[in-house]
Amino acid sequence: MSRASIRWISGPVLRATASGPFAMREAVHVGDARLLGEVVRIDGDEIVVQVYEDTTGFRPGTAVVGTGAPLSIPLGPGLLGNIFDGLLRPLAGAASAFVHPGMRRAEPRAFAFVPRIAVGDVVPPGAILGEATGEGIRPQACLAPPDVGGVALSVAPAGELREDATACTLRLADGSTRELSLAHSWPVRVPRPVARRVSSLTPLVTGQRVIDSLFPVALGGKAAVPGGFGTGKTVLLEALAKGCNADVIVYLGCGERGNEMAGVLDEFPGLTDPRTGRPLMERTVIIANTSNMPVAAREASIYSAITVAEYFRDQGLGVALMADSTSRWAEALREVSGRFGELPGEGGYPAYLSSRIADFYERAAVVEPLCGGTGSVTVIGAISPPSGDFSEPVTSHTKRYVKAFWALDVKRAQARFYPAIHPLQSYAEGAEAFAPWWTAEGNSEWTALRRRFLTLLDEEARLERMARIIGKDALPVRQQLTLLCASLVNEAFLRQSALSEIDRVCTPARQGAMMRVLGRFIELAERAVASGTHPDAIAALACLRPLQRMGEEIGDGEVGRIAALQADMEREFASLATREGGGDAPDR
Amino acid sequence: MRLTVEGAATRLEGPLLFLRRTVDAGLGDAVEVRGADGRTRLGRVAALDADAMTIEVLESTSGLSLAGTVVRFIGEPLSFGLAPSILGRVFNGVGQPIDGGPPVAARERYPIDGLPINPVARASPRDFIETGITTLDLMNSLVRGQKLPLFSGGGLPHDRLAVEIAGHARLRGAAARDEAFAIVFAGIGVPWESAEYFRRSLEQGGALERTALFLNLASDSSTQRLLTPRYALTAAEYLAFVEGRHVLAILTDMTNYAEALREVSSSKGEVPSRKGFPGYMYSDLATLFERAGCLRGMGGTLTQLSILTMPADDIGHPIPDLTGYITEGQIVLSRDLDRRGVYPPVNVLPSLSRLMKDGIGAKYTHADHPALSAQLYAAYARAVQARVLASVVGEEGLGDTDRRYLAFGTAFERTLVSQTGARTLEESMDLGWALLTGLPRTELTRLSDAQIAAHAGGGEAGSGG
Repeated sequence: MSRASIRWISGPVLRATASGPFAMREAVHVGDARLLGEVVRIDGDEIVVQVYEDTTGFRPGTAVVGTGAPLSIPLGPGLLGNIFDGLLRPLAGAASAFVHPGMRRAEPRAFAFVPRIAVGDVVPPGAILGEATGEGIRPQACLAPPDVGGVALSVAPAGELREDATACTLRLADGSTRELSLAHSWPVRVPRPVARRVSSLTPLVTGQRVIDSLFPVALGGKAAVPGGFGTGKTVLLEALAKGCNADVIVYLGCGERGNEMAGVLDEFPGLTDPRTGRPLMERTVIIANTSNMPVAAREASIYSAITVAEYFRDQGLGVALMADSTSRWAEALREVSGRFGELPGEGGYPAYLSSRIADFYERAAVVEPLCGGTGSVTVIGAISPPSGDFSEPVTSHTKRYVKAFWALDVKRAQARFYPAIHPLQSYAEGAEAFAPWWTAEGNSEWTALRRRFLTLLDEEARLERMARIIGKDALPVRQQLTLLCASLVNEAFLRQSALSEIDRVCTPARQGAMMRVLGRFIELAERAVASGTHPDAIAALACLRPLQRMGEEIGDGEVGRIAALQADMEREFASLATREGGGDAPDR
Repeated sequence: MRLTVEGAATRLEGPLLFLRRTVDAGLGDAVEVRGADGRTRLGRVAALDADAMTIEVLESTSGLSLAGTVVRFIGEPLSFGLAPSILGRVFNGVGQPIDGGPPVAARERYPIDGLPINPVARASPRDFIETGITTLDLMNSLVRGQKLPLFSGGGLPHDRLAVEIAGHARLRGAAARDEAFAIVFAGIGVPWESAEYFRRSLEQGGALERTALFLNLASDSSTQRLLTPRYALTAAEYLAFVEGRHVLAILTDMTNYAEALREVSSSKGEVPSRKGFPGYMYSDLATLFERAGCLRGMGGTLTQLSILTMPADDIGHPIPDLTGYITEGQIVLSRDLDRRGVYPPVNVLPSLSRLMKDGIGAKYTHADHPALSAQLYAAYARAVQARVLASVVGEEGLGDTDRRYLAFGTAFERTLVSQTGARTLEESMDLGWALLTGLPRTELTRLSDAQIAAHAGGGEAGSGG
């Protein structure tokens, strides 16, 4: 191991005189507490190190020891169900209630191991060595590192095995031997290799109507959620983590509140995965760098998170990564860049901000892993734009790399209309491609209804502007009806309470049924108005209130009640038509 | 290690003092810098080189000279010696008693920067605090362990509101305050009158002997303002997590803190970010605001109520903007309501309590509390929209529903927001239900039929039909 000695130190950056070779981006340990750092610059025998923890107490002469490897994290079956800091060190089990510098890696745990290879087998890189099961977690495949392959010389028998014990020994192509365990380490800044990338025609089912039905994100796709403070980013991401149909959730709290992380830890173990019925925590990995934890580790945390996501993807699983918030990561990048004296670009961010954002989102994909099958990583990143201004650098760069953009609206949030996704500022590129998927889910009218809803909401915005000048009553009846229908779509379909036991998750079947009954309402109402009925008479129909509240009243298991509601609605419209004139506005 | 160094100073620049490195001090170690003028200033080691060191002086450097400057090294980071006897005492901005009493007999010293609380060790805050203020209790409930700032403006009655909350806050149903409560007050760059108002109000309320006051007045050193909340919060953490008390920390005015941060940053020649504030202001504010919460298996809690005045009443200004991203919501005061004589002038629309959902509902307050609050929010937002509409087309140009909303909005501000004495949550809820009876039933989409039947009266049922 190369050694160096501190010559100069200020904040989290130090310069040290090296007495051996160091590599760029090599991980180092500093001082007796062995604080983790990374070599970021080399100049002759001087290295510049960025330290990921509080450097209080360091002085010239303090030792810096190289690890000989880039900043890497251990990946193994012990990840699921646990909470880690930004450098993937466990937060649970610490003796103190406070986070002290110099935290240690997780103690290896034992798992029930069943090998899937035998002595003499050719084990290619990234192959499945066997399956590990442990208490409170789902069975997981154990992988050979993506860069190691050979012929199995020995294989551990089925039984208890510690994460760091030898699971098998391989003879490599160059004749040397290598021992593999259930866990292996991988550098966080290097994307894990795959056999090939595959294009995606399936949406990630999130259980949120406004997302799945209007602005879907592809499995293996990328989505951004920008919004000022108080618009509900975190509540939305948590709702997605609870309700989406991924096999594994990686939840990254990057520079956010400690109480929110505590809330997730409090709530998740008590919730069940809507698909498997197993405790939600079993499919979840939480990575937390709260806003008061060291800022340099915040920069690394996003890479830790996506590397963990790729590790599960490589087992052939569908992974969703929620990053809350990417703005805090970008700010950490800015802060660290400032300490190195780099020239600032737009908004003080370094000029490479755009390419770093692109690199990160590009790691979202559907792939064929090295071991075969299909795996995916879907990335959903929250953005916290200063004063809610979407023209700032992080939002505008991100917009170029994501396919789905869910803009949160402060007006909706203030009226406690959640999720506050603004239907006009949001988009989903290539959403039409999911029509066959929706047809298979039983909603063949999806494309037409989606288009109808979006046009209606667009017209509403225009008419609201006009009504502000001439008054709502002065609008022609057709336009009054548009406002009525749009407000129904908002209230009945787009609004979905994350706190409602019935409505926090909405299956595609229920979404389809709700969409169709609302589509039919619009159709009948337009027909009625065309034949002389006044919109006020439609607003007075008894079916309107049950329609507005069907999300909270009719659960996933009772989709049939929506058909009953539709039958009532048809009857009321029919009787409206038989009433002569039918257009007498009540209350006037 | 207590070492005194004399005659090693080589350069003075803004708050920075450069010394030849003649002692083996560590990064962040505290120092006392005594000038030829006899004044002692606190400082800390900011950078170290093989043969030089940089001291960041945390008070004014005017009057310092190279010759005759004596630097005493404490050998550890800045810390604060604490004991339960800090209650009832008055300190200056750096934790020295200024009430004429004896020094605090410290049981233990704690570094003022604190350490981040491990998220795993946190317990979710769930204890609803009744403040007697309807716009908080009913609309933006405060829970123990929350950090909820007041976003205010110059001339608005934020001091009065903070005093009322501090004076009334108690758990629901409790007739009197919990014996274990304590208040830590930090005046950061506040005018003397403001500090005196708080002191007098706490005295009148009989709470002074349970309060530790930290005062950095407007006339005190601005660099010291960066230390005041750290000393105060170290005391608050000690009272909460060592002594097991329920602490309410009032920090005012955080805008002065941020201004001091900008001043010090620019004198250090750092690259400025938005409006000249340093790029690390978010992280820096977070190291203060995150020092609140509840710990598992620990009786005490630390609740933060900070006050900040929005420069030019602009909620998008970096100070309120970054604060809003860190704190668990905000209570926004409105100049418009204040002008119309509404007290407390809380504008509920931009106000928010993020932890409200965890502390209300059947298990904690009342089963219908969440739906009632959501419905009032939706209705008031619509009323404000109707008001905009009416200001252009006139009230006559509005439809019947919009006119009813207009009336609702006025009544909401006059009877629900405005109040003279403290209200129980039940009184607040009754007011809310009564207001909703003025709206057509089809508009009450956030309430179930059962809730409408039980509370909002059947009188308006099917109205509009």
